[in-house]
Amino acid sequence: MQQLLNTALGGLTLGMVYAAFALALVLIWRSTRVVNFAQAPMAMVTTFVALVIVDAGHSYWLAFAAALASGLVLGAVIERVVVRPVEGGPEINAVILTLGLFIVLHALAAVIFGNRYRSFPAPFGVRGIEVGGTTIALTGFGIFTILAVLVTMGLLLLLFQRTDIGLRMRASAFNPEVARLLGVRVGRMLTLGWALASVVGSLAGLLIAGGSLVHPGYMDSVVVYGFVAAVLGGLDSPFGAVVGGLLLGLALSFVSGYVGSQLVALAALVILMLVLVLRPGGLFAQTAARRV
Amino acid sequence: MAALRARASAWWAGSILGRHLLVALLGLVVVVVVLESSSDFRNLQLASMAYLGIAAGGLTVLTGLNGQISLGHGALMAIGAYTTALLLDDREASTPLPLVVLAAVVVTLLVGIAVGAAAARLHGPYLAGATLALAVAVPGIALYFKEQLGGEQGLRVVLPDIPAWVLDLAFFVTGQDLTRSRYVAYLAWVTLVITFVLLANLSRSRVGRRWRAVRDDEVAAELAGVHLGRARVSAFVVSAAAAGAAGAMMAVTVRLAAPSGFTLTLSLTLLSAVVLGGLGSLAGALIGAALLTFLPQVVTDLGVDAGLSDIRAAELAPLVYGVVMVLVILLAPAGIVGTVRTALVKRRLRRSAVAQTGGAATTDPTSPATPATDPATDPATTTSKGSTT
Repeated sequence: MQQLLNTALGGLTLGMVYAAFALALVLIWRSTRVVNFAQAPMAMVTTFVALVIVDAGHSYWLAFAAALASGLVLGAVIERVVVRPVEGGPEINAVILTLGLFIVLHALAAVIFGNRYRSFPAPFGVRGIEVGGTTIALTGFGIFTILAVLVTMGLLLLLFQRTDIGLRMRASAFNPEVARLLGVRVGRMLTLGWALASVVGSLAGLLIAGGSLVHPGYMDSVVVYGFVAAVLGGLDSPFGAVVGGLLLGLALSFVSGYVGSQLVALAALVILMLVLVLRPGGLFAQTAARRV
Repeated sequence: MAALRARASAWWAGSILGRHLLVALLGLVVVVVVLESSSDFRNLQLASMAYLGIAAGGLTVLTGLNGQISLGHGALMAIGAYTTALLLDDREASTPLPLVVLAAVVVTLLVGIAVGAAAARLHGPYLAGATLALAVAVPGIALYFKEQLGGEQGLRVVLPDIPAWVLDLAFFVTGQDLTRSRYVAYLAWVTLVITFVLLANLSRSRVGRRWRAVRDDEVAAELAGVHLGRARVSAFVVSAAAAGAAGAMMAVTVRLAAPSGFTLTLSLTLLSAVVLGGLGSLAGALIGAALLTFLPQVVTDLGVDAGLSDIRAAELAPLVYGVVMVLVILLAPAGIVGTVRTALVKRRLRRSAVAQTGGAATTDPTSPATPATDPATDPATTTSKGSTT
């Protein structure tokens, strides 16, 4: 019973992080029709920025803010400099480009920061909270993780639904031509979209890293889980991505707890294949949507 | 004499299979000359170039002709390699090597069907994502089934003795005794030549035309009666089979199948080799494989000279691949082979335009049907000769 509860709690925490990462992928997919596979190494680089600041003796929160800020800049620069030239071109070019970035960032991080595992601090306890004599798997950092992701989602929701700039971003994603005719600076909105997605990705990276080990490849599997979560939710829907992330986090936590942690990635692959065969439009697709 | 030349050129234009076989034969002669004149160490390096070339060939057909991306060819190679290792586990293993390779291909093919049927029939990034998941998942399988698959250490591959007739044949042709590493290199290169002939022929056949039709215009292809899903899945499955053969050759060359050999980096560098050489071109795949084999040593040495530690200098090679991959997509999306070919055709056109001012240039039957700015276009196969019936 206790193991069941602990596995579920662990899954909930992880699921929140996957949800954030899936949300970052969906934000970029909606606006530029690119699945940004380079999201993982982008988040990894910003986590290393935070690690350098912490190692220099500064506080965790300064490092946290610096990582998010560098994520914002990195996302904007990458969209403006590298991705912009291939937007509107053949889809495959954009995908190859993000994979090229994947390799570049990976190798750069290994050259600059080294290829070994380094421990990353956590601002709150990483020991389970005691409730009535038994320790449950909900840690202080876990609570922080859940709250941080919820706050971020709330802010994004406010931005997109309640502000003028959010409306412009939605318009540029929905129909760039018409938005441009109506006076929206579509290019800037796309840059902003990438920057915001990159911040959300960086947050996920920091939350995965907290109290654990980081090395240049530590986010690679997370991009897979983020993608599976996004497909679970339909790839086009931010709400779906969040629900998909939570479901996937729970499912993978149970696989890890009851079968074996080595098979977690395989379980994600199987879930992805089942979704693609049974409900290719995602769990919440109303009709069998088909784009030609 | 003129009639003979005309008949020869008519045969060259007409018989695609004959042309491919002739090129393959010439290629084999080059392979024999190169392998016989190089050292044991170089032979093994060339063997690894061959298996990377086989996998890149499969990938270039998928990406260049069908416009899909696989990030899991490293994992598919792992499946071929582990199948080989399980069949060649001791010296008394009696399975003949060709059968082992065939088994590796079949097993990989089945995995390809399972993944492809789920992901490849859909439009969009699904195949890329699913194959990425495959690349991350496969090493975990080897770690979980420690008893059967050897865990972190992996499985050793015992190469069966060289058959007597191969030894005799090698001695008869070259006058030298065949060393084991040279034997392995021959195996890998013969597999490469066979795979490439099959892939080249397939891509010039009805199947290949369907793949290209789906890549270029889905609506038009469907109106013409092409089943989109079937075309996509079949392209992926063929590509996966090539990766299986590559994995078998890798197992035989390295004599080990271990999870550390099949990281995500392998899959991604294979893709960069294909992009660099030129999408859809088998010659480009071979160039890319040569770079993957020989570049790391050069770059790592440069890095060590520049004062980096060994471990960090080893990361310079992927850095170069990645940077080159981004630059190729931004500046020369047709890759090395495509860019060179376009430049050659342009020069020839200019010359013939100068020689006979008038319409000669526009009627040249070899002028490319599509501009090289479309990266997915395969300059090798979209010339107007491609539709010869």
